[in-house]
Amino acid sequence: MNMPRLALAYVQRRPLSTTLVILLLALGVAVVTLTLLLAHELETRLQRDAAGIDLVVGAKGSPLQLVLAGVYHVDVPPGNIPLAAVAELRANPLVANVVPLALGDNFNGFRIVGTEPSLLALYGGNLAHGAMWAQPLDAVLGSDVARATGLAVGATFAGAHGLSTGGGEHGDAHYRVTGILAPGGTVLDRLVLTSLESVWDVHEHHQDDDREITLALLQYRSPLAAASLARSINKDTALVAASPALETARLLTVFGEGVDLIRAFALVLMGASALMLFVALAQALEDRRYDLAIIRTLGATRWQLAGVLLVESLLLASVAATLGIVVAHGAAWTIGHWLPDAAPLAAAAWRWLPAEWGVLAMALGAGILSALWPAWRAYRLDVAVALADG
Amino acid sequence: MFELAGVVHRYGQVTAVAVAAWHAGAGEAWLLEGPSGCGKSTVLHILAGLVRPSVGSVVVAGADLRAMGESTRDRWRGRTVGLVPQRLHLVQALSVRDNLALAQTLAGNPPDAARIDALLQAVGVAELGPRYPRELSQGQAQRVAIARAVINRPALLLADEPTSSLDDMHAAQALELLRAQAVEAGATLVVASHDRRVQSLLPHRYTLLPTARAAA
Repeated sequence: MNMPRLALAYVQRRPLSTTLVILLLALGVAVVTLTLLLAHELETRLQRDAAGIDLVVGAKGSPLQLVLAGVYHVDVPPGNIPLAAVAELRANPLVANVVPLALGDNFNGFRIVGTEPSLLALYGGNLAHGAMWAQPLDAVLGSDVARATGLAVGATFAGAHGLSTGGGEHGDAHYRVTGILAPGGTVLDRLVLTSLESVWDVHEHHQDDDREITLALLQYRSPLAAASLARSINKDTALVAASPALETARLLTVFGEGVDLIRAFALVLMGASALMLFVALAQALEDRRYDLAIIRTLGATRWQLAGVLLVESLLLASVAATLGIVVAHGAAWTIGHWLPDAAPLAAAAWRWLPAEWGVLAMALGAGILSALWPAWRAYRLDVAVALADG
Repeated sequence: MFELAGVVHRYGQVTAVAVAAWHAGAGEAWLLEGPSGCGKSTVLHILAGLVRPSVGSVVVAGADLRAMGESTRDRWRGRTVGLVPQRLHLVQALSVRDNLALAQTLAGNPPDAARIDALLQAVGVAELGPRYPRELSQGQAQRVAIARAVINRPALLLADEPTSSLDDMHAAQALELLRAQAVEAGATLVVASHDRRVQSLLPHRYTLLPTARAAA
């Protein structure tokens, strides 16, 4: 029977307040941890998708919209640009690589992207089955698309108008699946890739001088281009050039404010639970004055009495922190499995972020802070008076 | 075994207790008597090293308590003194066995389940080991409190009004048990009581006078 076991025995003696304190503190820890996991996963995903792309060039409009439509495929592009712009960009000595994209259709909500095979290199994509497109209306499916639709190599399907479900089908033009990409954790997993010609054919743009694309993804030839290329395109042409790194940072700043608000709420929860823990310990101290005095008569030092309160508080905080972190990771795993768009969260649920050490430290710190005053009172206990008072 | 000399304890300007001289030998059984409020409990606390007197010398089992630091005195108390408190209080969160085990731990002794079993058997509550204090009758709690006080074979066994709330039969049993356990442990026994029923049962007696008379 050592002092930690004595602290555990005291904890077990008041199950209601123990349970409430643990649940409240665990809830705060869980919300903070879940926001950390979500923010980290979002940031990682945005950065991974934009990793190989230095610039997005498209029609006049919002640069953020251009990046969202061209890199992350979550927004409507501002318009189309002439195919000739691609040749002009390729002729620019500051540009190393140009990948054109033609958007406009979807299959079961997955965007159909007319492009060139070099798009795969930008995202580090690889074929898992079959081959790249060779003929018009050949298509390569991202891994999520293949899983969700059940299509295999050789299958055919018809695209629909628009970038999301609800548009009319192009019933006379059927794509044929020639390949399926390996899962890469990038936006490619959720796209249907085909040639530019396929998109033009489906939309019956047969004249070369009519041909348009939606936007182009660029890679710089040298770091020097970062300083001048976007500025010159924006100033000298009818196009808009947007930097994914810059727009993503802006987006994360806006998103970060929302996350901070949720996190502040969770910290208030943690503060409230620390206060509840303090009240529970202070009340327990009053109930136990005679107990503690008896323990002193058995040979316990003042420090040991204070230690019992401190260990008791740390015990509760540790259980709550562990529970909160487990709940947060469990929630991330569940969200990842239930929402197809958040699938990477399921994998993130098994990862431990360095910032979680901070959450753990905060919970234990709350436990220590809550116990300081009751522990001090236990340390200062006058045994003779407590025994006389009874 | 212990010697108090010129001991005075004051709370502020008020003298709470005064013991001019008191010497007790090893293995003796003493009654510390005196009217209510004369400071019997305070003297027990002084002997246990729980209260440091304002002046005077306190030597127990060869140790000068006034010269000891507080933490040293706490550890010394765990090893040397057994105290049966007035309310026979047991630590409520612990079972009977764990109450005794806690006393062993705080005395710096290794856990000794055999000693606990033997002692619970000796005081007649062998079957109560797993029970909690709230499940015990007053008589049972009293026996466990005595067992806890002697678990470490203390040199000095102190009991504060152990019979004050007991009927004649239980009072006699409690005294007999205390004496028997003190003999078994080889301890000097001091029972503080103003209970007349106790007076004839202990061979040695120290009468504590109210402090006004003591000062005179």
